[in-house]
Amino acid sequence: MSEIKKTLLSSAAQESIDRWMKRYPADQKRSAVLEALRIVQEENGGWLTVELMDAVAEFLEMAPIAVYEIVSFYSMYNVKPVGRYVLNVCTNISCMLSDSERIVDHIKKRLEIGINETTADGRFTLREVECLAACAAAPAMQVGKKYYEHLTPDKVDAILEELE
Amino acid sequence: MADIEIEIDGKKLQANPDAMVMQVADAAGIYIPRFCYHKHLSIAANCRMCLVEVEKAPKPMPACATPVMPGMKVFTRSAKALAAQKAVMEFLLINHPLDCPICDQGGECELQDLAMGYGPDKSFYHEGKRSVKDKDIGPLISTEMTRCIQCTRCVRFGAETAGFRELGATGRGERMEIGTYIQHAMESEVSGNIIDLCPVGALTSKPFRFTARAWELEQYPSIAAHDCLGSNIYVHTLRGKVMRVVPHENDEINQTWISDRDRYSYEGLNHEDRLEKPRIRKQDGWQETDWQTALEFATQGLQRVLNAEGGNELAALASPNSTLEEFYLLQKLLRSLGSSNIDHRLRQSDFSDQETSPIFPGLDMPIADLENRDVIVLLGCNLQKEEPIASLKVRKAALKGAKIIVVNMMDYDFHFNVSHKKIIAPHQFVDAVKELTNDPAIAEIVRNAKSLAVLLGAQSLNHLESSSIRFYAEKIASLANGTVGLLTEGCNAAGAWIAGAIPHRTAAGKPVSKIGLNAETILTDARKAYILLNVEPDLDCANSIAAINALDQAECVIALSTFKNPVLEQFADVILPVAPFTETSGTFVNAEGKWQKFKGVVTPLGETRPAWKVLRVMANFLKCEGFEFESSEKVREEVHELFLQGTAGASSPRPSRKEHPSPAALRASTSPTRGEVRISRVGEIPIYSGDNIQRRAKALQATQPIIEGNVAVVKIHPLTAEKLHLKEMEPAIIKQFENRIRLTVIFDTRVPENAAYIAGGITATSGLSQLFGPVEIHKA
Ligand code: SF4
Ligand code: FES
Ligand code: FES
Repeated sequence: MSEIKKTLLSSAAQESIDRWMKRYPADQKRSAVLEALRIVQEENGGWLTVELMDAVAEFLEMAPIAVYEIVSFYSMYNVKPVGRYVLNVCTNISCMLSDSERIVDHIKKRLEIGINETTADGRFTLREVECLAACAAAPAMQVGKKYYEHLTPDKVDAILEELE
Repeated sequence: MADIEIEIDGKKLQANPDAMVMQVADAAGIYIPRFCYHKHLSIAANCRMCLVEVEKAPKPMPACATPVMPGMKVFTRSAKALAAQKAVMEFLLINHPLDCPICDQGGECELQDLAMGYGPDKSFYHEGKRSVKDKDIGPLISTEMTRCIQCTRCVRFGAETAGFRELGATGRGERMEIGTYIQHAMESEVSGNIIDLCPVGALTSKPFRFTARAWELEQYPSIAAHDCLGSNIYVHTLRGKVMRVVPHENDEINQTWISDRDRYSYEGLNHEDRLEKPRIRKQDGWQETDWQTALEFATQGLQRVLNAEGGNELAALASPNSTLEEFYLLQKLLRSLGSSNIDHRLRQSDFSDQETSPIFPGLDMPIADLENRDVIVLLGCNLQKEEPIASLKVRKAALKGAKIIVVNMMDYDFHFNVSHKKIIAPHQFVDAVKELTNDPAIAEIVRNAKSLAVLLGAQSLNHLESSSIRFYAEKIASLANGTVGLLTEGCNAAGAWIAGAIPHRTAAGKPVSKIGLNAETILTDARKAYILLNVEPDLDCANSIAAINALDQAECVIALSTFKNPVLEQFADVILPVAPFTETSGTFVNAEGKWQKFKGVVTPLGETRPAWKVLRVMANFLKCEGFEFESSEKVREEVHELFLQGTAGASSPRPSRKEHPSPAALRASTSPTRGEVRISRVGEIPIYSGDNIQRRAKALQATQPIIEGNVAVVKIHPLTAEKLHLKEMEPAIIKQFENRIRLTVIFDTRVPENAAYIAGGITATSGLSQLFGPVEIHKA
């Protein structure tokens, strides 16, 4: 109530968001919300706190609830801490028909975690996602910006070893 | 554009080419089932309940989102339409808990009703149902979110109408939920409307919860008794008790909405403070008695003062929420006894322009017209809190592009865009209003206004120099032939003026030969005898300390009151229990001058009597003439007759601007010279502290701190605090003339420099004497 709130956004984040905002009409700052959240999430080690979401809302002159709606809608945003690598395994129809369940089970066993859980060393988080639009190469998984296709348990082992 | 012709269920209809099928059907009285569509909200078309068959269209179409086309043929009850509606209903019921027997909405539920018509009586669904963790959104609204069908009416109401987006749809697909995401209570002052909007039992009234079934209730139309709009309401009663209040649609005033204040204040009516029997003061304290004895006691006391001192020693104060009939009889009684010392303007301090005022203060335009103004100047007005429904209209105007200019004593966060604002301490306020159009940007907006409205809120009206504010407001309005609207406190200030509950005029604006004392001088120039009509002296009067002192020294104090009040208990000689608006018939005149009649909806509690009857009998006891009224209706007729005579001659109830005395002349009469003042008080009345009923409404009282925080504090700007060496959260001594109180300091950047927010209408500050006067603040 008393103090004027200082924004939590770093100046680097503010600058990048400002750059994105230039692409949209001045009275529609909210158009930059997806990018803004991505930038802020990346800076915060892969997840968003309520305070950060509020800061984005304030920066873009949106109601906080509108930002919560977006964050909770898209699976790319995390509201809890995640591991360094988030293993997004597709279990939608094509992958399911190509036995994605086997892939999920294998990862669970190997890393000793369940879905939406993170390994004790903070390295991996396992997640089930809907169609990654890689049906032709099912079963598929996305880690960061990279796609891994035609997965088999052996292939998964090799990938996990590679990811430090 | 010319209307086009379409056909719905074989009926030929004229339709506006921009209309949707649903709107045309509604206008023609053809019912199409719906959940998400609401005529005052945007079209979401997400529930699909309104599917209808359209000739030549391959699939059923949602009526709410299908624009009409020339020659279109729509079938709302064809086999195809019904099959589609039934299928949608089946899907909606998949995840609905079907817990009608334990749901408060049962019996008035759109889903239940439509399920009766369209739902299969057997479910084919055997899988698990979705359930949603319940939310807590505050003291006013109960939630049971598992029942939500995600029509988003509540979300759209917040975003569009209330302008306060608190609810949203978070999550996705099957996991989508309606809520606030981060748990917090709703802060909108019109939040209760989502209860009416919610087509299922997801959002219900918390205070009403589990107390009655819709079909047991009796419904009576009435008029809301808390602000000058006079929203139309329905009061629902059960076995002689008011159970709840809901809106009564009136397009000219409140449409389908009401404020939370009007919705939930009814709880105060059933408060344990209600007086049920007349009481008289005996040597050994209060004694309950019968009416005859009490009235004899009261009138004898009064007669003694009159015999000894004459009528001039008698004064009366009435709550601005009294009925027209009560005001009329009270002033008639007083004037028959030789006194004009009567007023209802309890929180006002400047009366110097009263003789040139119009017959009654008001908006000076139809309420509905507010949303069509293109420039609105708000002076000393926390519109959203004072007049929530008027604020919705100003918001609509702003959304249509109207420019809103604000001069205020606190920087309120309005739910509409403000194009220019000046936030200034009370003692500098008049100059700010006077110089407002010296700002070229503002002058340009005002001059080019096509339809300008200048609105004065309670803070302008209660200001020490309110007549000057009115004067300059007229000047601003005259720049573009605009109107000046006064948003008076209480629900019937207009009625009080018309009835003559003012010192300088009797009914219908007829001047009196000897002007009586006004609300301020009645107290500072203490009288020997007082009649109080629903006045809580410590909370309702600007000069609360003078009110207490005046009653203390008086010989005879007759209090007509609905509720117990400690000051009355201490100083009154007789307390007569009188009926609140739900237990009496009467008339409220709203800000646009509309006379709205209402009837009692329940019988008076205990031995409570309607105040108009009490005043009539008192007059009879005192042998006054002209009090042979058999009903309140007869009283109203007499006032109306006088009103018609009174206004017949006058071309307009508004005086010409030239007639106003100049502010310089007026200023001489108002107390502190502005030059000397260093800090002045912003004596705002907290949102639910305005009158005796709302003060006793539990859920509203629980909501007030959620909206405004603790109000029993002194809020100052950090810069002012620095000058005064005050620290946050530490106690301070507030001095106003010879009076002192102690309050905790809170920093608030919304308060201008050289000002201090010290609320009125609350016990903590009843030791002060001016709502907008100078104060000194020291470290305790
Ligand atoms: S809570 Fe009620 S009004 Fe809001 S989306 Fe759900 S069903 Fe609709
Ligand atoms: S279903 Fe797995 S990528 Fe499309
Ligand atoms: S009422 Fe038309 S889709 Fe909901």
